[in-house]
Amino acid sequence: MIRVFLVDDHHFFLSGLRAELGSEFEIVGEAGEVDAAVDGIRRTRPDVVLLDVHLPGGGGKAVLEAVRQTDQDIRFLALSVSDAAEDVIGVIRAGARGYVTKTISPPDLAAAIRRVQADDAVFSPRLAGFVLDAFHGDLTGVVDPELDQLTAREREVLRHIARGFTYKEVARRLHLSVKTVETHVSSVLRKLQLSSRHELTRWASDRRLV
Amino acid sequence: MLLGVAGGLGERLGVDPVLIRVAFAVLAIAGGSGVVLYLLAWAVSVEPEDDPAGPRPVRRPAARQAFALGLVVLGTLLLLREVGLWFGDQIVWPIALAAAGSAVIWARSDDRDRARWARIPGNPIEAMFTGRVGLIRIVVGGLLVASGLGLGFANTGADLAAAGNALLGVAITVIGLGLIFGPWATRLVHQLAEERRGRIRSEARAEMAAHLHDSVLHTLALIQRADASPEVVGLARRQERELRAWLYRAPVPPEGRLRLAVEAIAGRVEQRHNVPVDIVVVGDAPLDDAGRALVDACQEAAFNAARHSGSPLVSVYVEVEPDELTGFVRDEGKGFDPDQVPTDRRGIADSIRGRIRRHGGSVSIVSSPGEGTEVQLRLPRSQG
Repeated sequence: MIRVFLVDDHHFFLSGLRAELGSEFEIVGEAGEVDAAVDGIRRTRPDVVLLDVHLPGGGGKAVLEAVRQTDQDIRFLALSVSDAAEDVIGVIRAGARGYVTKTISPPDLAAAIRRVQADDAVFSPRLAGFVLDAFHGDLTGVVDPELDQLTAREREVLRHIARGFTYKEVARRLHLSVKTVETHVSSVLRKLQLSSRHELTRWASDRRLV
Repeated sequence: MLLGVAGGLGERLGVDPVLIRVAFAVLAIAGGSGVVLYLLAWAVSVEPEDDPAGPRPVRRPAARQAFALGLVVLGTLLLLREVGLWFGDQIVWPIALAAAGSAVIWARSDDRDRARWARIPGNPIEAMFTGRVGLIRIVVGGLLVASGLGLGFANTGADLAAAGNALLGVAITVIGLGLIFGPWATRLVHQLAEERRGRIRSEARAEMAAHLHDSVLHTLALIQRADASPEVVGLARRQERELRAWLYRAPVPPEGRLRLAVEAIAGRVEQRHNVPVDIVVVGDAPLDDAGRALVDACQEAAFNAARHSGSPLVSVYVEVEPDELTGFVRDEGKGFDPDQVPTDRRGIADSIRGRIRRHGGSVSIVSSPGEGTEVQLRLPRSQG
């Protein structure tokens, strides 16, 4: 059974998640703020952490950065009510393997947790749109062409995800295996995390909220 | 500023026009020769042909240029003094020094200060002449300054008994200057206060946004996950969308942008059919005719999908590419055989086609029974 740790400061939401996921996953712990989350995750060493992006004490990003210094093999799935692009990009660049909004249905959330546990990336249509947007436009200020732009194939896969197709449907429409689609998406995730592309930072700050 | 002589000279010589203006002004004080020179320069100058490459970059005054020009002016002043075209030492030297000082302040201020000054109606000179009582104020103020200065200078060097008169002169001068520059100064103060208020307002708004984000958005998300009635879920979704749009909108709402127009489709479809619509937009562009046609066609396709397909979700994807706009409207509903389109759907498909084709675009509809439907739209971007 996949061992899951929940990080969220909204108790209602936390108890809702526990009820939905309890039958399929082993909930090994939960926390409502950054320090407790870091301690709890290091102690219980879960397979997947469901991480609220907005947390008192530095946000989900702070948890990610602290835990990944000591434990590289714990997977994170970011969860938020916010669709602000900078939140999404920020938490992915800090090391999360996917991002879903809190309105996701319980079965979809369970599927996303399994996907992250299998080391694949979870791209919702909205995240795919944000990423296409981030890699949009000219390449001024590009340092590493391999990291700083998407291949035509990756772009095509992302477009299909943004249009609302599941990985399986994308694979069928592009005559690829699901595994290949997953490889493309993981590669996009890697570029998003490693690219120093000037646009990524400028783009995020353009959309800054607070 | 008047006839463009200083600007033209400045451009030709590569010197800041402000310095040239100061030079003319100082020479004008010295027996009026600056006025004569200015008119002469205007008479012999030719109107520059319109530069197709646009305005030339403004040259920053180098300290060396300013110094050199200062020497030239000083030399001319001394020459004029010898020749006899002179109002008198007491008047010319203080004013020349004051003018030079103002020029230094202007030249030393950085670009941000200057931009701020520029936003205040014109500059002090322009501000002087605007406003209803402008001219009267200037005349009265000018007379006061002149008489004050006259009184002051006439008594300098005289015995102590005249000191009172000198003080009176100074007072009159100050009042005159106040009349001339007062409105500009108050506007400056007012504008700075306004900027500070704006900053405070935006900070308060950010704080409120953070609070709403942590409380209300979460509650709305919870409602959508709970086993509530479809109406309640739909209401929560709509409220969430509206609140989110308010929280994350740009500080200045960019009117007429394609992105906003596409995002507005979701609210309308959900309101009418209570089917959630997922919208993803990549890139953005001003909303021109082609963009409007695309938005209308997407909206019609989304209405259509919500009404007929039975799909729990409609996805709209729009991308702005360098030479074309693409739109995809997709549902996971019952689908249909494109060769046997039900008549009620054909009419709408035709109206979408007509709309897009009028703008030189193309439409294809991909569907099969049980597999959902996708309407694909392509439109060339109008140039200019």
